[in-house]
Amino acid sequence: MTINLGPFTDQPKPVGQPVLDIDNLKVTFATDAGDVHAVKDVSLEVRAGEVLAIVGESGSGKTVTAKAILGLLPETATSGGAVLINGNNIISISAAKLRQVRGRDVAMVFQEPSTALNPVFTVGWQIAEGIRAHGGGPGGKRVSAKEAKARAIDALRKVGIPDPEHRVNYYPHQFSGGQKQRVVIAAALALNPGLIVADEPTTALDVTVQAEILELLRDLRDKYGTSIVLITHNMGVVADLADRVVVMYQGDVVEEASAKSLFAEPRQAYTKKLLAAVPHLGRHSASEGMVERAHQGGKVLVEAKGLTIEYPGRLGTPSFRAVDGVSFTVSEGEVFGLVGESGSGKTTIGRAIAGLNRTTGGSLNVLGYEMLHLKEKTFKPLRKEIGFVFQDPAASFNPQLTIGDCVAEPLIIHTNPTPAQARKRVGELLESVQLPASYADRFPHELSGGQRQRASLARALILNPKLLIADEPTSALDVSVQAKVLELFKDIQQEFGFAALFISHDLAVVDMLSHWVGVLYKGKLVEQGIGNHVMGAPQHDYTRRLIASLPVPDPTEQARRREDHRALLGI
Amino acid sequence: MSTNTPVEATVDRRAPLIKRLPVISHFNKSVGLQRGMLVTGLVLTGIFLLTALFAPLIAPYGYSQLSDAAGSFPAQQAPGGKHLLGTTVGGYDVFSRVVWGSQTAVLVIVAAVVLSIFAGVILGLVSGYLGGWLDRVLVVIADAIYAFPSLLVAIVMAIVISGGQSSLFGGVLAAAISITVVFIPQYFRVIRAETIRLKAEPFVESAKVVGASNIRIMSRHIYKNATRTLPLIFTLNASEAILTLAGLGFLGFGIEPSSAAEWGFDLKQALADTTSGIWWTGVFPGLAIVWTVLGLTLVGESINDLNDPRLRGRRKAASGAGGPDSTAAAQAAPQAESRVL
Repeated sequence: MTINLGPFTDQPKPVGQPVLDIDNLKVTFATDAGDVHAVKDVSLEVRAGEVLAIVGESGSGKTVTAKAILGLLPETATSGGAVLINGNNIISISAAKLRQVRGRDVAMVFQEPSTALNPVFTVGWQIAEGIRAHGGGPGGKRVSAKEAKARAIDALRKVGIPDPEHRVNYYPHQFSGGQKQRVVIAAALALNPGLIVADEPTTALDVTVQAEILELLRDLRDKYGTSIVLITHNMGVVADLADRVVVMYQGDVVEEASAKSLFAEPRQAYTKKLLAAVPHLGRHSASEGMVERAHQGGKVLVEAKGLTIEYPGRLGTPSFRAVDGVSFTVSEGEVFGLVGESGSGKTTIGRAIAGLNRTTGGSLNVLGYEMLHLKEKTFKPLRKEIGFVFQDPAASFNPQLTIGDCVAEPLIIHTNPTPAQARKRVGELLESVQLPASYADRFPHELSGGQRQRASLARALILNPKLLIADEPTSALDVSVQAKVLELFKDIQQEFGFAALFISHDLAVVDMLSHWVGVLYKGKLVEQGIGNHVMGAPQHDYTRRLIASLPVPDPTEQARRREDHRALLGI
Repeated sequence: MSTNTPVEATVDRRAPLIKRLPVISHFNKSVGLQRGMLVTGLVLTGIFLLTALFAPLIAPYGYSQLSDAAGSFPAQQAPGGKHLLGTTVGGYDVFSRVVWGSQTAVLVIVAAVVLSIFAGVILGLVSGYLGGWLDRVLVVIADAIYAFPSLLVAIVMAIVISGGQSSLFGGVLAAAISITVVFIPQYFRVIRAETIRLKAEPFVESAKVVGASNIRIMSRHIYKNATRTLPLIFTLNASEAILTLAGLGFLGFGIEPSSAAEWGFDLKQALADTTSGIWWTGVFPGLAIVWTVLGLTLVGESINDLNDPRLRGRRKAASGAGGPDSTAAAQAAPQAESRVL
């Protein structure tokens, strides 16, 4: 067990022999509702210098498998089988031995970089912590603080943090989200482990940042021969980075194949279904074949002119301008897609239209009401014309009320119906979002994520609103569920004919639904136009970068796009 | 086309009402040591409640009885014979007074908690939801009350309400109100904190965008979700109420022996006896206090642990245990409970 050669050895390890070998892994959780078999029987192998992606939807057992690799399962779990890393069986070795293996032979990169770093220590200290805990030096000597710091600087340089000598003393909040994830990767690399387990490493990041992190991970494999187990639900990321793919479903491995052949010719029915559900930029565009903006004859429901929204700053700091001089219109029957990364102000605009945020400048006219002088009393009658679908269907229902009560709420507030009338109307609505009417008696936690989001749509539509605001309605859902909800949304929009403001960070999803698309960047609307024009021939630099960063679920096409992306950035 | 993701456990709602009551549902999901603690607490508390309920049948004499058909009771008689736990210096039967004392304790708990819970919950909801200057003023007042030693507040209230001494009703009410003053800030704080957390939840926002009024949001959406921790605070506060009552009695602000039996008062009377080797007048009322407080605290603490999925013990999963040893699992962080499913 002398794999640890310190962080200075850059030779790739010999390809071919397995770094990680999982044999018949079983993990069972004791829960209140009885035993849950999270992982039933998983066997897989990761060879040196290979990126293995484990993909699957929520509940497939992919994260549990990743945690089992590092021995991070909670107390309620019982595991069986073997997880072999350098001859150590992680499942059965002692706690002291396990601590040695962690960091030295295998390291983990977590999903959310801002919570994976301790905010009260400098990043250098956090990287050095692992080095010093392992005695790191040759012959197991303790490492001096100075040497540990030197190694931390080295690790930061490896992951491409500029000016590492200086920035090693920075605190996590002084880095951006993407840089924080680089620091997390640097900490994982500090002891030069042969294997890195990355659990959704880019899910919390914006598309443009995601592209950089993927680039970095690819570099690690190519330059240092590090093997990576990549846990993700994003097929684009898989296509971009993985050499081999394992598809998991309900605790079992469904299919294992090289990335190229999996995307080109999936063998299992489940894999085929999964791949078909992934939104692919440029396919199924709602604005296909459009030459000019649709629905312009009708009434203008929302009109923003130079709209500005500021959040007041704390004492002594200037206020933060979330939305800066944005102008657009949404007409009757039109689906307006608003795209942008986090912090672009897209959600703020949606909330302002619904009266949840105050506007501070310019003009925002919603159904003839000027939102600049918003008074709840005078705006309330208009609320029945506006439906709102929230991002997280689990959190947007009161857990103590039945679905029927939740869906009926707008009706009860605005029209005061008899219980029988309300029940009938709720039944109709549930039917139209393809849920059985009997679901009205269920509680939110008894529905799956997709079912809840349908119920949420039913609630938004129960008063037949003229305008629907959907804020990232599918980003909390699995791909296959997302595909169905999007299809439903499209059908219902055509049937009811309401106008919609569809807010999302996912370009492919927006393109599938919207006739007219606006791109937000740092509070400014940098570009707007017909959906497939914006996606196909972006005019603004930022839009171009955004579209080029988006990985498509096709390894061959993605390899080509990656080259274009590099050219665009001038690397 | 419908999403066929399996619907999660429906146990919660379909179970009969009785299984969903606070303590019973907790009992059903407890295992091992936690269940042992809960059962011990429930037995201690149960005996305490039964004693209070059947005090007239259990106690051989009244709480202020000094004589029977055979004449006056002897003073300071050792346990045994006619007086099971002996008599006090004033000639009261110790056993009878301990038994009757449980009734006073129950009355004070009920009165104190009922008085404080309503005010505390309503103030907490309004203050947390509306915020602004009202919230600030209420928080300052609550903090100011916290700054007082609670027994001092209780003494002041006892003097204000009843001049320090009084009948059963007046005494109980004085004790209850003084405890209420101390408890309202506790309920207020818990409910306010929950309300502030819930206020930012999407389901409250979704009620706002459909145009629900503030009162409707507070009563229909926040109230039920914010009050789930109340059984816990109730049991913990009940034991604190008994301690405060006993403290008041011990300091002489309790209830006169002629109007009700009260453990703290008896303890105070027993103080002078200890030096002359008369132990039974003090030990038994003291034990009664320990018994009751221990029982209620055990119930409260167990409920607290069982409410938290991260602290709740579970039976080891039966199958999949084919592995040699699960040290790896045993020493791992319990952080990811919610992500497990």
